[in-house]
Amino acid sequence: MARFLARRLLHLGPVLLGVSVIVFLVLHLAPGDPAEIMLGANANREDLERLRTQLGLDQPLHVQYVTWIGHVARGDLGRSLWMKRPVLGEVLERFKATLLLTGTALFLSTVGGIALGIASARRANSLLDRLSAVASLFGASMPTFWLGIVLMVIFSLWLGWLPASGMYAPYGGGGLRDLLAHLVLPAITLAAASITIIARLTRAAMLEMLGQDYVRTARAKGLAERPVVWRHALKNALIPIVTVVGVQAGYLLGGAVLTETVFAWPGVGTLVVQGILARDIPLVQGGVLVIALSFVLVNLAVDTLYAWLDPRIKYN
Amino acid sequence: MKVVARDDRRSDQLFRHLSRNRLAAAALLVIALAVLAALAAPWLPLADPDTVETASRLRPPGSPGHPLGTDEFGRDLLSRLVWGARVSLLAGVGTAAAAMVLGVSLGLIAGYYRGWVESLIMRFTDILMAFPFILLAIAIVAGLGPGLRNAMIAIAIVGFPIYARLVRGVVLTVREREFVEAARALGSPDRLILARHVAPHLLSPVVVAFSLDVGAKILTTAGLSFLGLGTQPPTADWGSMLATGRQFVILSPHVVLLPGLAIFVTVLALNLVGDAVRDLLDPRTRAA
Repeated sequence: MARFLARRLLHLGPVLLGVSVIVFLVLHLAPGDPAEIMLGANANREDLERLRTQLGLDQPLHVQYVTWIGHVARGDLGRSLWMKRPVLGEVLERFKATLLLTGTALFLSTVGGIALGIASARRANSLLDRLSAVASLFGASMPTFWLGIVLMVIFSLWLGWLPASGMYAPYGGGGLRDLLAHLVLPAITLAAASITIIARLTRAAMLEMLGQDYVRTARAKGLAERPVVWRHALKNALIPIVTVVGVQAGYLLGGAVLTETVFAWPGVGTLVVQGILARDIPLVQGGVLVIALSFVLVNLAVDTLYAWLDPRIKYN
Repeated sequence: MKVVARDDRRSDQLFRHLSRNRLAAAALLVIALAVLAALAAPWLPLADPDTVETASRLRPPGSPGHPLGTDEFGRDLLSRLVWGARVSLLAGVGTAAAAMVLGVSLGLIAGYYRGWVESLIMRFTDILMAFPFILLAIAIVAGLGPGLRNAMIAIAIVGFPIYARLVRGVVLTVREREFVEAARALGSPDRLILARHVAPHLLSPVVVAFSLDVGAKILTTAGLSFLGLGTQPPTADWGSMLATGRQFVILSPHVVLLPGLAIFVTVLALNLVGDAVRDLLDPRTRAA
């Protein structure tokens, strides 16, 4: 296991390097001068010169990259031009909010999806199973941001049960209760599509496992239905489920951008979008890099989970 | 001649499949109507989608002269939805097609030539897939600058790795088969082998992937427009209509509900047809 982890960590190097090259290059794609794009058409020559020197834009591209990655390795993501603050601090602060939102959504979609999938598999073609199939079709076709707005209109504006936006109430808020109340709608919105995907996959994996000989044996020896389903079938169905949960984690990290925008949730997603509209390249770079890195780590965690779940995956 | 005969059988099969699968047939009808309306928009008796009429702002559906009401600038919503269909459908089909062409070409090259070319292409796709796709699209738009064209380029770039992986996998198995070896032994040039002997094997998996991809691409384009990174005002597009209508959702929910419904119904129809195509072409699901 330790050797497997060490090898996976070694593989991580090239991927991280590639990710950093892409993040760096992508923001230098613009055909024009980034300094001009950032400062707008009305900037004077001295300001442009100063910004070019400050960002190192007067250097060749590969020198710029090496300088940038050197700073990144030391935890320096540059200064936000728009907020006039170091990017790292700002991004990490916002990352907590994104992590809370995606973590909650991942928890909801994993627990909800597996429960729904098992229930559908145990009663295939029942009303619940069909409803779950329709829900998965709807989940794949509905724009997340639209679902968010609809939920907000119903539960915040019409019924007044939950707050419509932000992370805490502007006046008198701040407690855990307040945070949870603000978290409900964004988390459900973000999790909705993933629940249905995980449910469909769990159903398929469970149906396959419940038809296997060892399940028949377990039943034949008089084992109760609960341990048959939960201990025997589910444990073996977990590998494909873990795969799809890993994919969904990445989807949620990305999809959080839209959900955060709908609910004005103060996460990295909204920060990146604001950064783009304010033409703040260091801020956008920092935000994208942090989310991409966390996605790479999620994939590493999923691979490690495989090895733990299935001893046959012999790490070579 | 043989190829034509086989194609006839395929379309016959599709027709029979659709007549049995009423849901997919209805979905196909919805798509046909949306495409027709989008194509015919300039000739339909619709109000100008960009004409501002401040006197009749936020009229509810059913108002005289505005069957679906008006938006915050008094622009006719029905007209904007129909014109928006042009943008949204074009963006969906265009980005999926561009991603497919790019991905299929790179996958073919990687799978057929192997060696360092394959390593280079596949490592590049691995790295692109190390990003959550919408985030990478956002980053590319940030570099290129907001706008529909740039958003479409970004979505096509983000979308090609799936096709590249799929095609490489198929090519890797096909290239070892006897008929390819025979063609190579007979001295056929690579181009001919790829086009005549390898490409036909890609048709089914790529068509299935494409038909399921268009809807996803429409959703992504709408998402970027919603964030203000795609279509720029005053052009109508379902995603941007949703974004601007959001501020008026309490007074006039229809401004947000209608474009969202348009996206939802279209993507749902595309997914249903995509599922039907997959059931027809993918032997594994057909057997199931």
